Amino acid sequence: MSRKEVRLSGFGGQGIVLSGMILGKAASIYDGKHATFTQSYGPEARGGACAAEVVINSQPVHYPHIVDPEVLVVMSQGAYNRYVPEFRESGLLIIDMDLVTVDEQAENHRILSIPATRIAEEMGQRVVANIVMLGFLATVTDLVSIDAMREAALTSIPKRTIELNTRAFEAGLEHGRKAMAAGVSG
Amino acid sequence: MSRRVSRPSTGKQGVLEGEFFMLGDDACAEGAICAGCRFFAGYPITPATEIAQRMALRLPETDGIYVQMEDELASMNTIVGAAWAGVKAMTATSGPGFSLMMENLGLAIMMECPCVLVNVQRAGPSTGLPTLVGQGDMMQARWGSHGPYSIIALAPTSPQELFDLTIDAFNLSELYRLPVLVMTDAEVGHMTEKVVIPPYDEIERAERPRPAVPPEEYEPYRCPPGELVPPMAIAGEGYRFHTTGLTHDERGYPATADDRVQWSLVQRLIDKIEKNRDRIIRLAEDEMDGAEVVVVSYGIAARTALWPIEMARAEGIKVGLLRLITVWPFPEERIRELAGQVKAIVVPEINMGQIVLEVERCAAGKVPVISVPHPGGGIHKPEIVLAAIRRAAGRESDL
Repeated sequence: MSRKEVRLSGFGGQGIVLSGMILGKAASIYDGKHATFTQSYGPEARGGACAAEVVINSQPVHYPHIVDPEVLVVMSQGAYNRYVPEFRESGLLIIDMDLVTVDEQAENHRILSIPATRIAEEMGQRVVANIVMLGFLATVTDLVSIDAMREAALTSIPKRTIELNTRAFEAGLEHGRKAMAAGVSG
Repeated sequence: MSRRVSRPSTGKQGVLEGEFFMLGDDACAEGAICAGCRFFAGYPITPATEIAQRMALRLPETDGIYVQMEDELASMNTIVGAAWAGVKAMTATSGPGFSLMMENLGLAIMMECPCVLVNVQRAGPSTGLPTLVGQGDMMQARWGSHGPYSIIALAPTSPQELFDLTIDAFNLSELYRLPVLVMTDAEVGHMTEKVVIPPYDEIERAERPRPAVPPEEYEPYRCPPGELVPPMAIAGEGYRFHTTGLTHDERGYPATADDRVQWSLVQRLIDKIEKNRDRIIRLAEDEMDGAEVVVVSYGIAARTALWPIEMARAEGIKVGLLRLITVWPFPEERIRELAGQVKAIVVPEINMGQIVLEVERCAAGKVPVISVPHPGGGIHKPEIVLAAIRRAAGRESDL
């Protein structure tokens, strides 16, 4: 596997940073690859768009930051406005469809959508929307194996929430399978 | 009646083992704990805060002590005291705090206190860019405290190496009885990667030399014949002695009447490092055989240089990397040797040219030395370093 770059974005409180942590952990600890996870600090990280950046490679990661990500996960309109204009053509854009409205800026991207937050709310806990999204991400990309992502997720959350997070992850997987079966739009 | 002094244990209680996806700053704290550090005094500052935070959480779990200090002067002073109390002690800071620690860094050097000071460098001067990377304190690490001395400074490139080098820093500080600097930066400190923590019993831990004589014969600054590091008694063990930041004789008493004591003391403080350069200095070399151009760098700048180095190799330029794991003492011998072998040396660093001055000094005009500066706030764009490598190799650069 050559170098892969992913940006996960949303607003503070959605668990974006934890998602980056889990993705990197899945790749480096459970898939045996190299992964570097970084995040934005500073004033730009407060309130507005929040982002986690993950680089995955079978070789050691020399350059720790993403330069030209091929996967962009967007869980807020603010993050959409900030990161989509600079996102590469034909990159895979994954959105939370209830929180993000797509416009002509995304017409050259492959787009996959999932109502991650709605699914989480239906489970009674909006906070697991990020885990739903990770289940989806593991299914629709080959960044990490599904087992690695599951293992990384379930070892990164409080033990008493394992059952809830497992359901959230599986729901994301299920939506991912459906999305793959339906084909990629865009 | 004698009072027993209670000290933190250094056992394996609470020490981690295994593979973790871990923040660099956290890896530094875990490295310290694996090295036997059981005392941390500090004042939080971005981007070093997570080290203090982790130590505040972890030291109570490992029978250690965390003290939140009122500022960085007190932090450095407190670990000097902790060293005399017999514990392995550390503090961690960044730019402004590093400046505040300089005076008491000198005290630790003069008193010969083993301890570790971590500087997670950010971009300065002054408050600068608190959350963003810099390597602008490399000369301050060498010369920041007043007066003549030698020091040891290490520069990690990854969370794993930050873990490993924090252990090395403790071991060097114990062996040579001085404060050792871990000169990391905001990139490495705030980066999360896999960190392998080996089993506790497989980690090498050095201990300071201890007195072999009874208390009544002990002189705190008398070295055994042929040695440069005096055995260190611990306060409370019955060895009564005096120690001071004043120039002192072997008994630890001030000796300020003439410069002979100053000569022998300062010379020994320098010699104990410089005469052990071969044991202390560590370098990582990559494809140096037959290299026409060599990149000399350290820390995050050396790591990110690997990308443009690969690009240059793909263009057919023979380029090697000499990475300084130990920045101080500076590997003069190796740079002198290289200066006779290669076409040019390229030195990327995230400051406006600090270690390049040492490289130039050692190259002594025998070979061009190309500085690739960066004021901080970001890491070098690969094309900038690539352009310098091309120029060094005598290739036209379109950049």
